[in-house]
Amino acid sequence: MNLFRSEEHIDRWLGGRDAGATISVTKLSEMAHAWWGDRLDPDWRPHTRDQNQEILDRLELTGPFWSLA
Amino acid sequence: MIAALAAKQPAHLLLDVHYGSDMDEGDVALRNLTYRLFVELGRAPTAADVAAAAGSSAGAVRSGWERLHDAHALVLQSGLTELRMANPFSAAPTAYRVLARDRWWYANCAWDAFGVCAALHADGRIETSCADCGQSIAIDVHDQQPDDRSVLFHCLVPASRWWDDIVFT
Repeated sequence: MNLFRSEEHIDRWLGGRDAGATISVTKLSEMAHAWWGDRLDPDWRPHTRDQNQEILDRLELTGPFWSLA
Repeated sequence: MIAALAAKQPAHLLLDVHYGSDMDEGDVALRNLTYRLFVELGRAPTAADVAAAAGSSAGAVRSGWERLHDAHALVLQSGLTELRMANPFSAAPTAYRVLARDRWWYANCAWDAFGVCAALHADGRIETSCADCGQSIAIDVHDQQPDDRSVLFHCLVPASRWWDDIVFT
C-alpha cells in the first residue's frame, strides 16, 4: 500500500507483476477516514466484515479486488 | 484487572472483523486501553505499561494481546510479547511519518498514514517517498482533504488477502 508520483511510476515499480488497484490520494483519504475514524473512540467496537464492506461500497470501491470475503 | 475492565461493558460477545471468531468484552476493553495509552504516551505501550494502567500483570496483558492479535484487532511482533501495530499506528519506524497533534507518528502504510489523521481527528502532514523513484512526497491534510491531489495510491494485494501477511500488505 504505497504512494507514487504517477501511473508510469506504478507500472515501473510493478515490473511485470499483476497490478492491484490504483486510486487517487483524495479517495484514499476518504477511505482512511471512513475506516479508521473510530479507532480511538473510548467505546470502540470491532467492525464486522459486512460493515467494512459497506464502507468500501459507499466509496464505490467494488468488484472482486475490494471484496473482503 | 482485565476482568475489571470487562465488567464496565455489557457482557455479550462481539464479532471479529474478518474471521468471525469471538472477542469478549474484556479483550475489547484491553484493546481500547492499549490504543488510549498509545496516544497518551506517544509510543507503543509495553505490556508492563498496560498492566500498570489496568491493575493487572504483564502476563495477563500479553495473553489478551495474543487473542487480539488472532482476532486482527492489533498486531504483535514475532515473539508475541510486544506490539508491532495498533492500526493505523506502527510501533516500529516505517517509511510513513505523520505529523499530527504536534508530534510525529509512524504509520504502517500509505492508507494508515491518512488513518492516523483520521483516528486522531486532526489535520496532519504525511511525509514519505515514491515507492518507485524515491522522490520525497509530502502531503498536508486539512479537513480530511490532501493538498497534493496528483499523488496516486496503489494497493497490490486484494482485500480478501490483506491479513494473509499484514506486514507485507
